[in-house]
Amino acid sequence: MSVTAPQLQSPRERRASLQASRSERYARMVEIRLMEERVLALFGEGLIPGTTHTSQGQEAVCVGIAAATRPTDTVACTYRGHGMALSLGVTREAVLGEILGRQIGCMGGLGGSMHLSDPRVGLLPTFAIVGAGIPIGAGAALTAQVLGNDDVAVSVFGDGASNIGAFHEGLNLASIWKLPVVFVCENNQYGEYTRIDRTTPVADIAVRAASYGIPGEVVDGQDIDAVEETVGRVVARARRGDGPTLVEAKTYRYAGHSRSDKATYRPAGELDQWLERDPITLFGEKLVAEGALDRARLEEIKAQAASDLERTLEVVLASPPPTEQQMMAPPTATGR
Amino acid sequence: MAKLRMNQAIALALAEEMERDDHVIVLGEDIAEAEGSFKTSEGLLKRFGPNRVRDTPISEMGFMGLSVGAAATGLRPVVEIMFIEFLGVALDQLATEAALMHFLSGRKLTVPLTVRASVGSGLGFGCQHSQTLERWLLGAPGLKVAVASGARSAYGLTKAAVRDDDPVVVLEPRPLYGRREDFEPGEDAVISLGTGELLAQGTDVTIVALGQTVATALAGAEEAGWSADVIDLRTVQPWDRELVRASVAKTGRLVTVEENQFTAGWGSDVVSDVAANCHGDLSAPPLRLTAPDVPVPYGTALEQRYLPSAEYLADQVGLLLKTGTCPRPWWEGQ
Repeated sequence: MSVTAPQLQSPRERRASLQASRSERYARMVEIRLMEERVLALFGEGLIPGTTHTSQGQEAVCVGIAAATRPTDTVACTYRGHGMALSLGVTREAVLGEILGRQIGCMGGLGGSMHLSDPRVGLLPTFAIVGAGIPIGAGAALTAQVLGNDDVAVSVFGDGASNIGAFHEGLNLASIWKLPVVFVCENNQYGEYTRIDRTTPVADIAVRAASYGIPGEVVDGQDIDAVEETVGRVVARARRGDGPTLVEAKTYRYAGHSRSDKATYRPAGELDQWLERDPITLFGEKLVAEGALDRARLEEIKAQAASDLERTLEVVLASPPPTEQQMMAPPTATGR
Repeated sequence: MAKLRMNQAIALALAEEMERDDHVIVLGEDIAEAEGSFKTSEGLLKRFGPNRVRDTPISEMGFMGLSVGAAATGLRPVVEIMFIEFLGVALDQLATEAALMHFLSGRKLTVPLTVRASVGSGLGFGCQHSQTLERWLLGAPGLKVAVASGARSAYGLTKAAVRDDDPVVVLEPRPLYGRREDFEPGEDAVISLGTGELLAQGTDVTIVALGQTVATALAGAEEAGWSADVIDLRTVQPWDRELVRASVAKTGRLVTVEENQFTAGWGSDVVSDVAANCHGDLSAPPLRLTAPDVPVPYGTALEQRYLPSAEYLADQVGLLLKTGTCPRPWWEGQ
């Protein structure tokens, strides 16, 4: 087994490699899983202030979306966004650096875990307010429509956001104007600490699309190929000018809502049931069954990802926190 | 020279900016087919078409959010909020998303968003359609807030807002929409955001006004036995500290005339700045003339009583000059 030094790729290159290769998608899912686990451990070591929202178990959704879109498309995503940022191509250094509040982070360490972005791969600053990104993503689609290009936008949000006004207003506007936007609901079964059936009267959030006269589809969020196929199909529809779609990806959040949440409210055995359909395991088995990769190669990918992560952490820890001068830069573009 | 009503001046400014830059779009409730509840978008749909001039559902959170996303990805949207109170349901999109997005993007994205809203009392609309509410927006880093005082400043501020790379809110006092003003439209009329304007010069007192109270201040100062510098602040965030301080250094007295209630009005910030920076120049304590801390009343007589009038201003400033202390507001002791 050989472990090589990490290749420094630009965000666009990272995106392109993921789109070109299924094994790279597998590697990215592993990268996300390892980083999320490491982030929680770094909290334990006191290296990260505040809070963080990790996405272990949901890797197939974000990597599937990244595979089905192009870097000129816009993605509006939530504060549970580490996985989406890595999927779209944002570098490990920019993501982990921001979570650790270092200058190498994507906003210079002034934002933190909930605020990741990179316009080079279409990622708007991730939204820390539930539902806020839903109409804003539709607004990126409005830009494409007004300018007459064929870019699309993807608004990604959780099940909890489907009960806030921004969801309903965003879908309604996108429908009446036939905007090139795809709404992806990551239904991970819990809105913060509360089970979805206690807050939401419909079993499938996708049915809410009918109220706005647009198609709604449910997809297995643990199956990356299914996510990619579904999102790719409705993205193509939006690109053709045929309007928005609501996609509900059924998935599961292995960890609690945020780092301090032990998720003791979950029924016994529920997590184990979902672990049996772990998206990384499922995809790895599929790649082996197809003969695309052998088991030894899967292990090599995992070892490489672990080694890359350690190297990333070294680089990040060598980067200083932002200075007072950086904090004091005006919040406006015009400086006034 | 053009003699335009304020709503015509706004429509002219929008048309010129849309002509100048095809990334400018306008959207809001009843603004396209109906040309605006206050006729501030007259002719725009016919001239620029439905791709760039859009009627929205009654859905402020939604269309404000769309505009934020459009602004962050290349357009220059102008959003109309029919009455400023309707901004409440869209405040997250403006104060938390639009205002912070440049910062949150690591300073890579800009959000050239203009939000126009009608404000103010005097037309008998009752307490939920008569406030100015600029106070909701003060202290939101990343946001600029301007207030028109007539056709000329509405034209200049609107054009400046559309061209600015940051989110700018332009508030339009509703009773002024139909009032005419002579001015020369064009590049020279564009107002630099953050600058106030000295409209009258005097020696005894500096009167700082905003929006509808600019006319009140000018009228109050005209007949009085004292003379005043009258400043139209024009932009309330950021505001022109230098202009106000220089005037107070000359006159030694500061009076703010505010349409809002007393508590947490924009004048508090002006008074605090002057108290801290012009203490040695002051020959009297700063005075704030405002509405009382109660909801805007319905009905012409009480609504007129509620607002600081030109006569009230003349009396209060006269007392300030005579006694060297702040006179009590009219509602105290009632």
